[in-house]
Amino acid sequence: MLKIEQAYWLIALFLAGAAWLNLRERRWSHAGFWLVLAVLTAGGKYVLDATAAHHHLPAQLAGVGVIALAVLSPRMKRGQLVERDVSAREADAKRLGHRLFGPAVLIPLVTLLVALFGGYVVIGGVRVFDPVRMTLTGLALACVIALIAALWVTRTKPAAGLAEGRRLLDTLGWAALLPLTLAALGGVFAATGVGAAVSDLVRMMIPVNSALACVIAYGLGMVLFTVIMGNAFAAFPVLTAGVGLPLLIHLHGANPAILGSLGMLTGYCGTLFTPMAANFNIVPVALLELPNQNDVIRAQWKTGAMLLVVNLALMYFLTFRF
Amino acid sequence: MTTLLHWLPLLGVLVVVAGFALRFNPVPVVVVAGIVSGLAAGKSIGEILALIGNSFVSERALLLFVLTLPAIGVLERAGLREHVTNWIARLRGLTLSRLLMVYLAIRQILAMLGLYDVAGHAQTVRPLLAPMAEGAAEKRGSPLNTQERNDVRAFCAATDNIGRFFGEDVFIALGAVLLIQGFYSQHGIELEPLQIALWALPTAIAAFMIHAIRTVLFARRIAGNAPNSATPALRPDDAGKSESC
Repeated sequence: MLKIEQAYWLIALFLAGAAWLNLRERRWSHAGFWLVLAVLTAGGKYVLDATAAHHHLPAQLAGVGVIALAVLSPRMKRGQLVERDVSAREADAKRLGHRLFGPAVLIPLVTLLVALFGGYVVIGGVRVFDPVRMTLTGLALACVIALIAALWVTRTKPAAGLAEGRRLLDTLGWAALLPLTLAALGGVFAATGVGAAVSDLVRMMIPVNSALACVIAYGLGMVLFTVIMGNAFAAFPVLTAGVGLPLLIHLHGANPAILGSLGMLTGYCGTLFTPMAANFNIVPVALLELPNQNDVIRAQWKTGAMLLVVNLALMYFLTFRF
Repeated sequence: MTTLLHWLPLLGVLVVVAGFALRFNPVPVVVVAGIVSGLAAGKSIGEILALIGNSFVSERALLLFVLTLPAIGVLERAGLREHVTNWIARLRGLTLSRLLMVYLAIRQILAMLGLYDVAGHAQTVRPLLAPMAEGAAEKRGSPLNTQERNDVRAFCAATDNIGRFFGEDVFIALGAVLLIQGFYSQHGIELEPLQIALWALPTAIAAFMIHAIRTVLFARRIAGNAPNSATPALRPDDAGKSESC
Protein backbone atom coordinates (compact mmCIF):
# COMPACT_ATOMS: atom_id res chain seq x y z
CA MET A 1 0.00 0.00 0.00
CA LEU A 2 1.24 3.49 -0.83
CA LYS A 3 1.21 5.78 2.21
CA ILE A 4 2.08 9.41 2.86
CA GLU A 5 4.84 8.18 5.22
CA GLN A 6 6.69 6.73 2.21
CA ALA A 7 6.53 10.13 0.54
CA TYR A 8 8.16 11.66 3.63
CA TRP A 9 10.96 9.10 3.40
CA LEU A 10 11.42 9.97 -0.27
CA ILE A 11 11.71 13.66 0.62
CA ALA A 12 14.24 12.82 3.35
CA LEU A 13 16.24 10.76 0.89
CA PHE A 14 16.34 13.60 -1.63
CA LEU A 15 17.29 16.15 1.03
CA ALA A 16 20.02 13.85 2.34
CA GLY A 17 21.32 13.44 -1.22
CA ALA A 18 21.41 17.22 -1.62
CA ALA A 19 23.23 17.49 1.72
CA TRP A 20 25.78 14.93 0.54
CA LEU A 21 26.51 16.82 -2.71
CA ASN A 22 26.94 20.05 -0.73
CA LEU A 23 29.18 18.30 1.77
CA ARG A 24 31.49 17.15 -1.03
CA GLU A 25 31.75 20.76 -2.22
CA ARG A 26 32.41 22.00 1.32
CA ARG A 27 29.28 24.14 1.36
CA TRP A 28 28.83 23.43 5.06
CA SER A 29 25.77 25.58 5.80
CA HIS A 30 23.76 24.14 2.92
CA ALA A 31 24.85 20.60 3.82
CA GLY A 32 23.89 21.06 7.47
CA PHE A 33 20.57 22.71 6.65
CA TRP A 34 19.37 19.98 4.30
CA LEU A 35 20.66 17.24 6.60
CA VAL A 36 18.77 18.57 9.66
CA LEU A 37 15.67 18.96 7.50
CA ALA A 38 16.06 15.39 6.21
CA VAL A 39 16.24 14.05 9.78
CA LEU A 40 13.18 16.08 10.86
CA THR A 41 11.20 14.85 7.83
CA ALA A 42 12.13 11.20 8.28
CA GLY A 43 11.72 11.28 12.07
CA GLY A 44 8.40 13.16 12.08
CA LYS A 45 6.22 10.15 12.76
CA TYR A 46 8.49 8.99 15.59
CA VAL A 47 8.29 12.45 17.21
CA LEU A 48 4.50 12.66 16.96
CA ASP A 49 4.02 9.09 18.23
CA ALA A 50 6.31 9.78 21.18
CA THR A 51 4.38 12.95 22.03
CA ALA A 52 1.11 11.03 21.91
CA ALA A 53 2.67 8.60 24.42
CA HIS A 54 3.70 11.56 26.64
CA HIS A 55 7.41 11.30 25.87
CA HIS A 56 8.42 14.88 25.23
CA LEU A 57 12.15 14.51 24.62
CA PRO A 58 11.92 13.67 20.86
CA ALA A 59 9.70 16.71 20.27
CA GLN A 60 12.10 18.89 22.24
CA LEU A 61 15.00 17.60 20.15
CA ALA A 62 12.96 18.39 17.02
CA GLY A 63 12.49 21.91 18.43
CA VAL A 64 16.28 22.19 18.81
CA GLY A 65 16.57 21.05 15.17
CA VAL A 66 14.19 23.81 14.07
CA ILE A 67 16.29 26.37 15.92
CA ALA A 68 19.39 24.96 14.18
CA LEU A 69 17.64 25.54 10.83
CA ALA A 70 16.90 29.13 11.86
CA VAL A 71 20.57 29.66 12.75
CA LEU A 72 21.85 28.09 9.51
CA SER A 73 19.42 29.77 7.13
CA PRO A 74 20.98 33.29 7.08
CA ARG A 75 24.35 31.64 6.34
CA MET A 76 23.13 30.05 3.11
CA LYS A 77 24.70 32.37 0.57
CA ARG A 78 23.71 31.94 -3.03
CA GLY A 79 26.72 30.56 -4.85
CA GLN A 80 27.02 29.93 -8.54
CA LEU A 81 26.14 26.31 -9.25
CA VAL A 82 27.49 24.67 -12.38
CA GLU A 83 24.90 24.28 -15.10
CA ARG A 84 25.02 22.44 -18.38
CA ASP A 85 26.38 24.47 -21.26
CA VAL A 86 23.79 26.85 -22.72
CA SER A 87 24.47 25.81 -26.34
CA ALA A 88 23.79 22.17 -25.45
CA ARG A 89 20.53 23.24 -23.79
CA GLU A 90 19.54 25.27 -26.85
CA ALA A 91 20.20 22.30 -29.13
CA ASP A 92 18.07 20.03 -26.94
CA ALA A 93 15.32 22.64 -26.76
CA LYS A 94 15.17 22.83 -30.57
CA ARG A 95 15.14 19.05 -30.89
CA LEU A 96 12.59 18.29 -28.16
CA GLY A 97 10.28 21.32 -28.45
CA HIS A 98 6.90 20.98 -26.76
CA ARG A 99 7.74 17.42 -25.70
CA LEU A 100 9.59 19.08 -22.80
CA PHE A 101 6.23 20.08 -21.31
CA GLY A 102 5.00 16.46 -21.27
CA PRO A 103 6.68 15.26 -18.06
CA ALA A 104 5.83 18.54 -16.32
CA VAL A 105 2.15 18.14 -17.17
CA LEU A 106 2.27 14.64 -15.66
CA ILE A 107 2.71 16.10 -12.16
CA PRO A 108 -0.73 17.75 -11.85
CA LEU A 109 -2.34 15.14 -14.13
CA VAL A 110 -1.29 12.05 -12.15
CA THR A 111 -2.04 13.85 -8.86
CA LEU A 112 -5.53 14.65 -10.11
CA LEU A 113 -6.12 11.07 -11.27
CA VAL A 114 -5.05 9.66 -7.90
CA ALA A 115 -7.19 12.22 -6.04
CA LEU A 116 -10.28 11.35 -8.09
CA PHE A 117 -9.93 7.62 -8.68
CA GLY A 118 -7.22 6.43 -6.24
CA GLY A 119 -9.85 5.14 -3.85
CA TYR A 120 -11.08 2.64 -6.45
CA VAL A 121 -7.69 1.08 -7.24
CA VAL A 122 -7.63 -2.32 -5.56
CA ILE A 123 -5.13 -5.11 -6.24
CA GLY A 124 -5.71 -8.53 -4.69
CA GLY A 125 -8.38 -7.14 -2.37
CA VAL A 126 -6.00 -4.50 -0.97
CA ARG A 127 -6.34 -0.77 -1.60
CA VAL A 128 -3.28 0.57 -3.40
CA PHE A 129 -3.57 4.04 -1.87
CA ASP A 130 -3.95 4.66 1.85
CA PRO A 131 -6.96 6.99 2.20
CA VAL A 132 -5.10 9.25 4.68
CA ARG A 133 -3.83 12.26 2.70
CA MET A 134 -4.25 10.31 -0.54
CA THR A 135 -3.91 13.38 -2.78
CA LEU A 136 -0.50 14.16 -1.34
CA THR A 137 0.60 10.54 -1.74
CA GLY A 138 -0.56 10.89 -5.33
CA LEU A 139 1.52 14.03 -5.70
CA ALA A 140 4.65 12.18 -4.55
CA LEU A 141 3.90 9.33 -6.96
CA ALA A 142 3.31 11.86 -9.75
CA CYS A 143 6.71 13.43 -9.10
CA VAL A 144 8.43 10.04 -9.37
CA ILE A 145 6.59 9.25 -12.61
CA ALA A 146 7.38 12.72 -13.98
CA LEU A 147 11.06 12.26 -13.16
CA ILE A 148 11.16 8.91 -14.97
CA ALA A 149 9.35 10.45 -17.94
CA ALA A 150 11.73 13.44 -17.95
CA LEU A 151 14.78 11.15 -17.92
CA TRP A 152 13.28 9.10 -20.73
CA VAL A 153 12.19 12.00 -22.95
CA THR A 154 15.51 13.80 -22.57
CA ARG A 155 17.67 10.61 -22.58
CA THR A 156 19.39 11.72 -19.39
CA LYS A 157 21.17 9.52 -16.84
CA PRO A 158 19.26 9.07 -13.55
CA ALA A 159 22.09 10.64 -11.52
CA ALA A 160 21.17 13.96 -13.15
CA GLY A 161 17.85 13.82 -11.28
CA LEU A 162 19.62 14.32 -7.96
CA ALA A 163 22.17 16.79 -9.32
CA GLU A 164 19.57 18.98 -11.05
CA GLY A 165 17.09 18.68 -8.18
CA ARG A 166 19.81 19.77 -5.81
CA ARG A 167 20.67 22.73 -8.07
CA LEU A 168 17.08 23.98 -7.83
CA LEU A 169 16.88 23.20 -4.12
CA ASP A 170 20.04 25.20 -3.40
CA THR A 171 18.72 28.04 -5.56
CA LEU A 172 15.60 28.15 -3.40
CA GLY A 173 17.68 27.86 -0.22
CA TRP A 174 15.84 28.83 2.96
CA ALA A 175 12.86 30.03 0.87
CA ALA A 176 11.96 26.34 0.50
CA LEU A 177 11.25 26.28 4.21
CA LEU A 178 9.12 29.42 4.47
CA PRO A 179 5.63 27.90 3.90
CA LEU A 180 6.41 25.09 6.36
CA THR A 181 7.63 27.39 9.13
CA LEU A 182 4.64 29.72 8.67
CA ALA A 183 2.16 26.84 8.83
CA ALA A 184 3.93 25.61 11.96
CA LEU A 185 3.69 29.12 13.41
CA GLY A 186 -0.08 28.83 12.96
CA GLY A 187 0.02 25.86 15.33
CA VAL A 188 2.15 27.75 17.85
CA PHE A 189 -0.18 30.75 17.66
CA ALA A 190 -3.16 28.51 18.34
CA ALA A 191 -1.50 26.88 21.36
CA THR A 192 -0.37 30.18 22.88
CA GLY A 193 -3.63 32.12 22.57
CA VAL A 194 -2.51 34.52 19.84
CA GLY A 195 -5.58 33.76 17.72
CA ALA A 196 -7.89 34.48 20.63
CA ALA A 197 -6.14 37.79 21.38
CA VAL A 198 -6.32 38.95 17.74
CA SER A 199 -9.99 38.01 17.45
CA ASP A 200 -10.80 39.90 20.69
CA LEU A 201 -9.03 42.90 19.22
CA VAL A 202 -11.13 42.61 16.06
CA ARG A 203 -14.31 42.21 18.12
CA MET A 204 -13.64 45.65 19.60
CA MET A 205 -13.34 47.22 16.17
CA ILE A 206 -16.14 45.72 14.08
CA PRO A 207 -19.69 44.44 14.59
CA VAL A 208 -18.79 40.73 14.51
CA ASN A 209 -22.42 39.65 14.24
CA SER A 210 -22.41 40.89 10.67
CA ALA A 211 -20.92 38.26 8.37
CA LEU A 212 -20.20 40.96 5.80
CA ALA A 213 -18.18 42.98 8.30
CA CYS A 214 -16.14 39.88 9.18
CA VAL A 215 -15.49 39.10 5.50
CA ILE A 216 -14.30 42.66 4.91
CA ALA A 217 -12.16 42.63 8.06
CA TYR A 218 -10.54 39.34 7.01
CA GLY A 219 -9.95 40.42 3.39
CA LEU A 220 -8.67 43.90 4.14
CA GLY A 221 -6.63 42.52 7.03
CA MET A 222 -4.94 40.10 4.63
CA VAL A 223 -4.20 43.01 2.27
CA LEU A 224 -2.92 45.29 5.02
CA PHE A 225 -0.64 42.68 6.60
CA THR A 226 0.62 41.61 3.17
CA VAL A 227 1.43 45.22 2.28
CA ILE A 228 3.37 45.67 5.54
CA MET A 229 5.19 42.33 5.40
CA GLY A 230 5.48 41.99 1.62
CA ASN A 231 4.36 38.38 1.84
CA ALA A 232 0.84 36.94 1.79
CA PHE A 233 2.09 33.63 3.21
CA ALA A 234 3.15 35.39 6.41
CA ALA A 235 -0.15 37.25 6.69
CA PHE A 236 -2.20 34.07 6.32
CA PRO A 237 -1.60 32.36 9.71
CA VAL A 238 -2.06 35.63 11.63
CA LEU A 239 -5.32 36.64 9.98
CA THR A 240 -6.80 33.17 9.67
CA ALA A 241 -6.04 32.31 13.30
CA GLY A 242 -7.35 35.68 14.48
CA VAL A 243 -10.31 36.37 12.20
CA GLY A 244 -10.91 33.53 9.73
CA LEU A 245 -11.24 30.65 12.18
CA PRO A 246 -12.97 32.18 15.23
CA LEU A 247 -15.24 34.67 13.49
CA LEU A 248 -15.93 33.41 9.98
CA ILE A 249 -15.68 29.62 10.31
CA HIS A 250 -16.80 29.04 13.90
CA LEU A 251 -19.20 31.96 14.38
CA HIS A 252 -20.69 32.33 10.89
CA GLY A 253 -20.15 28.81 9.50
CA ALA A 254 -17.93 29.73 6.54
CA ASN A 255 -16.52 26.96 4.32
CA PRO A 256 -12.81 26.66 5.28
CA ALA A 257 -11.56 25.59 1.82
CA ILE A 258 -13.18 28.54 0.04
CA LEU A 259 -12.21 30.96 2.78
CA GLY A 260 -8.57 29.81 2.81
CA SER A 261 -8.19 29.89 -0.95
CA LEU A 262 -9.84 33.28 -1.44
CA GLY A 263 -8.15 34.68 1.67
CA MET A 264 -4.73 33.82 0.28
CA LEU A 265 -5.63 35.26 -3.14
CA THR A 266 -6.86 38.45 -1.47
CA GLY A 267 -3.44 38.66 0.14
CA TYR A 268 -1.89 38.28 -3.33
CA CYS A 269 -3.81 41.44 -4.35
CA GLY A 270 -1.94 43.18 -1.54
CA THR A 271 1.35 41.90 -2.99
CA LEU A 272 0.59 43.94 -6.11
CA PHE A 273 0.44 47.15 -4.01
CA THR A 274 3.60 46.96 -1.96
CA PRO A 275 7.27 47.84 -2.51
CA MET A 276 7.97 45.34 0.31
CA ALA A 277 7.47 42.53 -2.24
CA ALA A 278 10.79 43.48 -3.78
CA ASN A 279 11.26 40.43 -6.02
CA PHE A 280 8.10 41.20 -7.90
CA ASN A 281 7.79 44.96 -7.73
CA ILE A 282 11.25 46.48 -7.24
CA VAL A 283 13.61 44.07 -9.02
CA PRO A 284 11.84 44.56 -12.39
CA VAL A 285 12.11 48.35 -11.96
CA ALA A 286 15.88 47.92 -11.92
CA LEU A 287 15.90 45.28 -14.66
CA LEU A 288 13.80 47.42 -17.00
CA GLU A 289 15.67 50.63 -16.10
CA LEU A 290 12.52 52.46 -15.03
CA PRO A 291 13.01 55.90 -13.44
CA ASN A 292 10.62 55.59 -10.47
CA GLN A 293 10.73 52.86 -7.82
CA ASN A 294 6.96 52.49 -7.91
CA ASP A 295 6.46 52.34 -11.68
CA VAL A 296 5.52 48.65 -11.74
CA ILE A 297 3.12 49.09 -8.82
CA ARG A 298 1.52 52.02 -10.65
CA ALA A 299 0.95 49.81 -13.69
CA GLN A 300 -0.69 47.00 -11.71
CA TRP A 301 -2.50 48.45 -8.69
CA LYS A 302 -5.76 48.99 -10.58
CA THR A 303 -5.94 45.32 -11.58
CA GLY A 304 -5.19 44.45 -7.95
CA ALA A 305 -7.88 46.78 -6.58
CA MET A 306 -10.59 45.48 -8.93
CA LEU A 307 -9.61 41.90 -8.17
CA LEU A 308 -9.76 42.67 -4.46
CA VAL A 309 -13.40 43.72 -4.84
CA VAL A 310 -14.11 40.57 -6.88
CA ASN A 311 -12.47 38.40 -4.21
CA LEU A 312 -14.42 39.98 -1.36
CA ALA A 313 -17.64 39.48 -3.30
CA LEU A 314 -16.76 35.85 -4.11
CA MET A 315 -15.91 35.25 -0.47
CA TYR A 316 -19.19 36.73 0.74
CA PHE A 317 -21.38 34.94 -1.79
CA LEU A 318 -19.61 31.54 -1.93
CA THR A 319 -18.21 30.80 1.50
CA PHE A 320 -21.53 30.67 3.37
CA ARG A 321 -23.28 28.73 0.62
CA PHE A 322 -21.12 25.62 0.14
CA MET B 1 -3.07 41.92 35.34
CA THR B 2 -5.16 39.17 33.75
CA THR B 3 -6.03 41.47 30.86
CA LEU B 4 -2.35 42.15 30.26
CA LEU B 5 -1.63 38.41 30.19
CA HIS B 6 -4.43 37.98 27.66
CA TRP B 7 -2.87 40.47 25.23
CA LEU B 8 0.76 39.51 25.81
CA PRO B 9 0.91 36.72 23.15
CA LEU B 10 0.27 39.42 20.53
CA LEU B 11 3.99 40.16 20.87
CA GLY B 12 4.48 37.11 18.62
CA VAL B 13 2.49 38.82 15.87
CA LEU B 14 4.52 41.98 16.41
CA VAL B 15 7.76 40.01 15.92
CA VAL B 16 6.51 38.55 12.62
CA VAL B 17 5.32 41.91 11.29
CA ALA B 18 8.45 43.80 12.36
CA GLY B 19 10.80 41.03 11.21
CA PHE B 20 9.32 40.86 7.73
CA ALA B 21 8.99 44.65 7.45
CA LEU B 22 12.65 45.07 8.42
CA ARG B 23 13.65 42.37 5.90
CA PHE B 24 15.37 40.03 8.30
CA ASN B 25 15.79 36.44 7.13
CA PRO B 26 12.23 35.07 7.48
CA VAL B 27 13.10 31.65 8.95
CA PRO B 28 14.68 32.96 12.19
CA VAL B 29 11.97 35.65 12.37
CA VAL B 30 9.24 33.01 12.39
CA VAL B 31 11.06 30.82 14.92
CA VAL B 32 11.70 33.79 17.23
CA ALA B 33 8.02 34.75 16.94
CA GLY B 34 7.09 31.25 18.06
CA ILE B 35 9.45 31.43 21.05
CA VAL B 36 8.18 34.91 22.01
CA SER B 37 4.52 33.93 21.93
CA GLY B 38 5.36 30.80 23.94
CA LEU B 39 7.16 32.84 26.61
CA ALA B 40 4.33 35.39 26.63
CA ALA B 41 1.85 32.58 27.24
CA GLY B 42 3.88 31.57 30.28
CA LYS B 43 5.28 28.31 28.92
CA SER B 44 8.60 26.83 30.03
CA ILE B 45 11.57 26.44 27.66
CA GLY B 46 10.99 22.68 27.47
CA GLU B 47 7.33 23.17 26.60
CA ILE B 48 8.18 25.75 23.95
CA LEU B 49 10.79 23.49 22.31
CA ALA B 50 8.34 20.60 22.24
CA LEU B 51 5.58 22.83 20.86
CA ILE B 52 7.83 24.12 18.07
CA GLY B 53 9.14 20.62 17.30
CA ASN B 54 5.67 19.09 17.16
CA SER B 55 4.19 21.91 15.08
CA PHE B 56 7.08 21.71 12.63
CA VAL B 57 7.12 17.97 12.03
CA SER B 58 3.33 17.75 11.77
CA GLU B 59 3.61 20.20 8.84
CA ARG B 60 6.28 18.24 6.97
CA ALA B 61 3.82 17.58 4.12
CA LEU B 62 4.63 21.14 3.02
CA LEU B 63 7.99 19.87 1.84
CA LEU B 64 6.32 17.65 -0.77
CA PHE B 65 6.89 20.27 -3.43
CA VAL B 66 10.64 19.58 -3.33
CA LEU B 67 9.89 16.25 -5.03
CA THR B 68 8.92 18.21 -8.17
CA LEU B 69 12.44 19.67 -8.38
CA PRO B 70 14.37 16.67 -9.82
CA ALA B 71 11.91 16.31 -12.74
CA ILE B 72 11.84 20.05 -13.46
CA GLY B 73 15.63 20.22 -13.08
CA VAL B 74 16.14 17.45 -15.63
CA LEU B 75 13.79 19.24 -18.04
CA GLU B 76 15.69 22.49 -17.51
CA ARG B 77 18.94 20.66 -18.22
CA ALA B 78 17.41 19.64 -21.55
CA GLY B 79 16.47 23.23 -22.41
CA LEU B 80 13.00 23.78 -20.89
CA ARG B 81 13.73 27.45 -20.16
CA GLU B 82 15.27 27.95 -23.60
CA HIS B 83 12.21 26.35 -25.18
CA VAL B 84 9.82 28.65 -23.31
CA THR B 85 11.95 31.62 -24.39
CA ASN B 86 11.88 30.53 -28.05
CA TRP B 87 8.16 29.95 -27.77
CA ILE B 88 7.50 33.45 -26.48
CA ALA B 89 9.82 34.90 -29.12
CA ARG B 90 7.53 33.37 -31.74
CA LEU B 91 4.77 35.77 -30.62
CA ARG B 92 6.68 38.55 -32.41
CA GLY B 93 4.33 40.17 -34.91
CA LEU B 94 1.29 40.26 -32.66
CA THR B 95 -0.30 43.59 -31.82
CA LEU B 96 0.54 45.08 -28.42
CA SER B 97 -2.71 44.09 -26.77
CA ARG B 98 -2.67 40.56 -28.18
CA LEU B 99 0.98 40.03 -27.28
CA LEU B 100 0.34 40.98 -23.65
CA MET B 101 -2.85 38.94 -23.43
CA VAL B 102 -1.26 35.81 -24.90
CA TYR B 103 1.71 36.24 -22.56
CA LEU B 104 -0.66 36.61 -19.60
CA ALA B 105 -2.45 33.40 -20.58
CA ILE B 106 0.81 31.47 -21.08
CA ARG B 107 2.16 32.72 -17.76
CA GLN B 108 -1.01 31.72 -15.91
CA ILE B 109 -1.14 28.26 -17.48
CA LEU B 110 2.57 27.57 -16.86
CA ALA B 111 2.12 28.65 -13.23
CA MET B 112 -0.88 26.34 -12.90
CA LEU B 113 1.39 23.48 -14.00
CA GLY B 114 3.92 24.44 -11.36
CA LEU B 115 6.35 25.92 -13.89
CA TYR B 116 6.36 29.38 -12.29
CA ASP B 117 10.10 29.90 -12.54
CA VAL B 118 10.63 29.18 -16.24
CA ALA B 119 9.31 32.67 -16.96
CA GLY B 120 9.78 35.85 -14.95
CA HIS B 121 11.24 39.34 -14.90
CA ALA B 122 14.83 38.24 -15.48
CA GLN B 123 14.02 35.16 -17.56
CA THR B 124 11.45 36.48 -20.05
CA VAL B 125 10.27 40.07 -19.35
CA ARG B 126 13.54 41.94 -19.66
CA PRO B 127 15.09 39.98 -22.56
CA LEU B 128 11.90 39.27 -24.53
CA LEU B 129 8.53 40.63 -23.57
CA ALA B 130 9.55 44.25 -22.99
CA PRO B 131 11.46 44.71 -26.28
CA MET B 132 8.73 42.85 -28.19
CA ALA B 133 6.03 45.02 -26.63
CA GLU B 134 7.95 48.17 -27.49
CA GLY B 135 8.28 46.96 -31.06
CA ALA B 136 4.58 46.14 -31.25
CA ALA B 137 3.64 49.55 -29.83
CA GLU B 138 5.75 51.35 -32.41
CA LYS B 139 3.76 49.78 -35.21
CA ARG B 140 1.43 52.75 -34.71
CA GLY B 141 3.85 54.57 -37.00
CA SER B 142 5.84 56.74 -34.64
CA PRO B 143 8.50 55.92 -32.04
CA LEU B 144 7.57 55.85 -28.36
CA ASN B 145 8.66 58.79 -26.26
CA THR B 146 10.50 58.12 -22.99
CA GLN B 147 7.37 58.25 -20.84
CA GLU B 148 5.49 55.85 -23.13
CA ARG B 149 8.43 53.46 -23.31
CA ASN B 150 8.57 53.32 -19.51
CA ASP B 151 4.80 52.80 -19.34
CA VAL B 152 4.99 49.88 -21.77
CA ARG B 153 7.86 48.28 -19.84
CA ALA B 154 6.11 48.68 -16.49
CA PHE B 155 2.92 47.22 -17.94
CA CYS B 156 4.90 44.17 -19.14
CA ALA B 157 6.28 43.60 -15.63
CA ALA B 158 2.78 44.02 -14.17
CA THR B 159 1.40 41.48 -16.63
CA ASP B 160 4.04 38.96 -15.59
CA ASN B 161 3.24 39.42 -11.89
CA ILE B 162 -0.50 39.07 -12.38
CA GLY B 163 -0.13 35.98 -14.56
CA ARG B 164 2.11 34.29 -12.02
CA PHE B 165 0.19 35.19 -8.86
CA PHE B 166 -3.22 34.18 -10.11
CA GLY B 167 -2.07 30.99 -11.80
CA GLU B 168 0.15 29.41 -9.17
CA ASP B 169 -2.56 29.07 -6.54
CA VAL B 170 -4.34 26.56 -8.76
CA PHE B 171 -1.30 24.23 -8.67
CA ILE B 172 -1.79 21.90 -5.73
CA ALA B 173 1.87 21.25 -5.00
CA LEU B 174 2.54 24.93 -4.45
CA GLY B 175 3.30 26.27 -1.00
CA ALA B 176 0.07 28.30 -0.91
CA VAL B 177 -2.29 25.34 -1.17
CA LEU B 178 -0.24 23.16 1.17
CA LEU B 179 0.13 26.04 3.62
CA ILE B 180 -3.65 26.49 3.75
CA GLN B 181 -4.18 22.76 4.20
CA GLY B 182 -1.45 22.48 6.84
CA PHE B 183 -2.71 25.48 8.77
CA TYR B 184 -6.21 24.05 8.99
CA SER B 185 -5.01 20.58 9.95
CA GLN B 186 -3.19 22.16 12.93
CA HIS B 187 -6.63 23.38 13.99
CA GLY B 188 -8.35 20.02 13.49
CA ILE B 189 -9.91 20.74 10.09
CA GLU B 190 -8.84 18.22 7.42
CA LEU B 191 -9.23 19.49 3.85
CA GLU B 192 -8.50 18.05 0.42
CA PRO B 193 -5.78 20.08 -1.36
CA LEU B 194 -7.82 19.72 -4.53
CA GLN B 195 -10.77 21.65 -3.05
CA ILE B 196 -8.49 24.54 -2.08
CA ALA B 197 -6.87 24.66 -5.52
CA LEU B 198 -10.24 24.47 -7.27
CA TRP B 199 -11.66 27.48 -5.43
CA ALA B 200 -8.75 29.53 -6.77
CA LEU B 201 -10.10 29.10 -10.31
CA PRO B 202 -12.82 31.82 -10.24
CA THR B 203 -10.22 34.39 -9.17
CA ALA B 204 -7.78 33.13 -11.82
CA ILE B 205 -10.43 33.69 -14.50
CA ALA B 206 -11.43 37.08 -13.08
CA ALA B 207 -7.77 38.14 -12.97
CA PHE B 208 -7.35 37.26 -16.65
CA MET B 209 -10.50 39.12 -17.69
CA ILE B 210 -9.80 42.26 -15.67
CA HIS B 211 -6.20 42.52 -16.80
CA ALA B 212 -7.08 41.69 -20.42
CA ILE B 213 -9.58 44.58 -20.49
CA ARG B 214 -6.99 46.90 -18.95
CA THR B 215 -4.49 45.69 -21.57
CA VAL B 216 -6.82 46.60 -24.43
CA LEU B 217 -7.44 50.05 -22.94
CA PHE B 218 -3.72 50.55 -22.36
CA ALA B 219 -2.82 49.53 -25.94
CA ARG B 220 -5.52 51.87 -27.26
CA ARG B 221 -4.11 54.74 -25.23
CA ILE B 222 -0.57 54.12 -26.50
CA ALA B 223 -1.83 53.85 -30.10
CA GLY B 224 -3.93 57.00 -29.74
CA ASN B 225 -0.96 58.97 -28.40
CA ALA B 226 0.83 58.83 -31.74
CA PRO B 227 1.28 62.35 -33.11
CA ASN B 228 0.11 61.17 -36.55
CA SER B 229 -2.61 58.85 -35.27
CA ALA B 230 -4.64 59.82 -38.33
CA THR B 231 -3.19 56.76 -40.06
CA PRO B 232 -5.86 54.29 -39.01
CA ALA B 233 -4.29 51.27 -40.68
CA LEU B 234 -1.63 51.20 -37.99
CA ARG B 235 -3.86 51.08 -34.90
CA PRO B 236 -2.48 48.11 -32.94
CA ASP B 237 -5.83 46.87 -31.72
CA ASP B 238 -7.48 46.58 -35.11
CA ALA B 239 -8.98 43.11 -35.27
CA GLY B 240 -7.70 40.58 -37.77
CA LYS B 241 -4.59 42.52 -38.61
CA SER B 242 -2.05 40.60 -36.61
CA GLU B 243 0.44 38.51 -38.48
CA SER B 244 0.45 35.16 -36.78
CA CYS B 245 3.61 33.17 -36.25
